[in-house]
Amino acid sequence: MPLYENVFIARQDVPVSQVEALTASFADIVRAQGGQVTKTEQWGLRNLAYRIKKNKKGHYVLFNLDAPAEAVTELERTMSLNEDVLRFLTVRVETLETEPSAMLRKDERADRPFGERERERERGERPRRPRSEDAPEAGVEA
Amino acid sequence: MSDFSERSERGPRRSGGGGGGGFGGGGFRGRPKNCPFSGKAAPKIDYKDVHLLRRFISERGKIVPSRITAVSAKKQRELAQAIKRARFLALLPYVDKRSGTGG
Repeated sequence: MPLYENVFIARQDVPVSQVEALTASFADIVRAQGGQVTKTEQWGLRNLAYRIKKNKKGHYVLFNLDAPAEAVTELERTMSLNEDVLRFLTVRVETLETEPSAMLRKDERADRPFGERERERERGERPRRPRSEDAPEAGVEA
Repeated sequence: MSDFSERSERGPRRSGGGGGGGFGGGGFRGRPKNCPFSGKAAPKIDYKDVHLLRRFISERGKIVPSRITAVSAKKQRELAQAIKRARFLALLPYVDKRSGTGG
């Protein structure tokens, strides 16, 4: 059976217990259609990058699925009817991750804008000195 | 297009030019394939890895062109797809108006 990842976002004012109930009911739909849910991840209440239906936050849930296409169709149909679900995305993948996804991994990588790392490497140990032409790339491009 | 020569220091390094300068790297460097997604320790492009994707969008939220980031064409297509997925899931902004100046 094909492998899928599904992420859905539940409204911010839905209590966590209800999000879990929702997750369970979606998983049941997949199983009822002969599919398997190999992993479920709760990413918790996260800030949305922009408002969706007046929500600034949402509960994110990830499913890893090994399921026939019909199960996915049914899952998506149910999600689109549920008013607590703001958005969902299903992606077909070649392999399913078994470890926690990037979202849950503790990330030590500095969250620096593009360019700094490369420039540091080119300059070796030289101390950074501010230069006017060194303005953030973003400013130049955007 | 005219100011291209100024920027060569940042972009993918072409052979020759400035390689021998006093800059830490030192010596002549050929034309390194320095796509950040090729090689052994390269990170996987994933729409869920927001920290990684953030390094390839401008402050405004635009996808940074590969001529600046040195990402290979193949990986740039993958990256663009991942960024667009992350945007759909509101993990990344389509447009960020709060920070930055660019228009």
